[in-house]
Amino acid sequence: MRYMLLIYGNEAAMANAPRESTEQTLAAYGAYTEALKKSGVWLAGDRLRPTQAATSVRMANGKTNVLDGPYADTKEQLAGFYMIEAADIDTAIEWAARCPAASTGTVEVRPIWEMTEYLSEK
Amino acid sequence: MDSRPEIARAAADAAARQSYGKLVAYLAARIRDVAGAEDALADAFAAALERWPQTGVPEKPEAWLLAVARKRSVDAIRRRLTSEAGRDHLRLIAEEIEARMADEDLPDERLRLMFACAHPAIEAGVRAPLILQAILGFDAATIASAFLVSPATMGQRLVRAKNRIRETGIPFRVPERAELGERLDAVLEAIYAAFAEGWSDPAGTETRRRNLATEGIWLGRLVASLMPDEPEALGLLALMLFAEARRAARRNAAGDYVPLAEQELALWDGALIDEAETLLRRAAAKGVVGRYQLEAAVQSAHTTRRLTGRTDWIAIKHLYDALSMVAGSPVISINRAVAIAEADGAAAGLSALDELGDDKRLHDYQPYWAARAGLLARIDKTREAAAAYDRAIGLERDPAVRRFLQERRAGLGRAEAD
Repeated sequence: MRYMLLIYGNEAAMANAPRESTEQTLAAYGAYTEALKKSGVWLAGDRLRPTQAATSVRMANGKTNVLDGPYADTKEQLAGFYMIEAADIDTAIEWAARCPAASTGTVEVRPIWEMTEYLSEK
Repeated sequence: MDSRPEIARAAADAAARQSYGKLVAYLAARIRDVAGAEDALADAFAAALERWPQTGVPEKPEAWLLAVARKRSVDAIRRRLTSEAGRDHLRLIAEEIEARMADEDLPDERLRLMFACAHPAIEAGVRAPLILQAILGFDAATIASAFLVSPATMGQRLVRAKNRIRETGIPFRVPERAELGERLDAVLEAIYAAFAEGWSDPAGTETRRRNLATEGIWLGRLVASLMPDEPEALGLLALMLFAEARRAARRNAAGDYVPLAEQELALWDGALIDEAETLLRRAAAKGVVGRYQLEAAVQSAHTTRRLTGRTDWIAIKHLYDALSMVAGSPVISINRAVAIAEADGAAAGLSALDELGDDKRLHDYQPYWAARAGLLARIDKTREAAAAYDRAIGLERDPAVRRFLQERRAGLGRAEAD
């Protein structure tokens, strides 16, 4: 099964962290990504720019409504993601627990809804 | 009167009950879908309960049921797996089921199913109901009445949990050593929750609830037989058997509540107590202590009154000391205070209760006030005791226990008047 690991963290805390600790965090993510790839579970993954760079778009009455900012203001913000291939939720949880964000923020694990299953579950 | 049809029906019921969970477990693990497996088996069981009383239980009931369920289960998977890879998978499953039908016995994979139902990704409160449904085939209405929620709510929660098993990819497997502890706890906790729901109706007035205690023991026996080397699985079964052994003694002929210390020993079930003792000894020999073994040991210490005529309160106090360390909770703290009172005097017990006084959860907790009232009465603080009894009476749900507390409260008044 494919799973998405959504990384939530406190942007402000990350931005204000001293250089040394930021370097350490980056190195930890580098090693984590490497481990995902070596074990063959890595499918995709990237970091997102902070929510101040986010734009939310909605159509209303035929007009495009563009808002600067994220969809929802939350205490912790979506900061990045990994997509992995795992046998089951236990394996996905194991990888989520190893993600550096698991000890500083939250990693949400969501199974991919495969296109072939959309209608069969109705 | 000819009772043969009834015997045949009972035999069919028993065989179906044994087979049901095994078949759900077997199919669900393969199609990774509990609801799909249940649907596939529903027709097969309806047919069995209709036919077996007439024809007798077939020699291989599971193969018989699997043959009927096969077509539907394969259809169910076919609907789900439409991709190329899915069709290959489907062919493999169909072949395996076909081979299994001719084969000897179905492997018992109920443990794997229970671990899926008690997975940490499933909401804790629905784990016990889910196990009762998946392993025993209980319908939502029966489970709902036992857990005091509406059938519609219970039905929704069960459906949601089963969808979650399928959609999040919860595995059907017994966890490995490293993670077994916590996962096994969840399974045992769910079984104990089922038992406790049934136990909380001591008068046995609500048949469904009483059955739930029996089902809890049945599940406990199942886990203990499938994991005979897990001391806590043995400990839980021992604990439930000790409690069950005293069921008849908890009420007198008039339906009044009888506290443990005043129970008639002749009403205790000696055979169950012996079985529990044996289990507890087997568990202790493994050398790993745990919550259920300790709670069973407390029960064991209470039952020694059967042999010695007195209760070993010092041993019980030590066991509660150990229990507060491994599984501290307000309930255990209250029981510990009561044991201290019996071992070292009411004043010592009261000061142990006083230490708990800050815990807000206890303000609406009947056993706290009942324990307090009893101890206050013993050191002749009559007015405070009466107030504590009033709190306990106001918080009690069971009418028999309420009557008992009211009598104790009235007894205080007489003592004061003397």
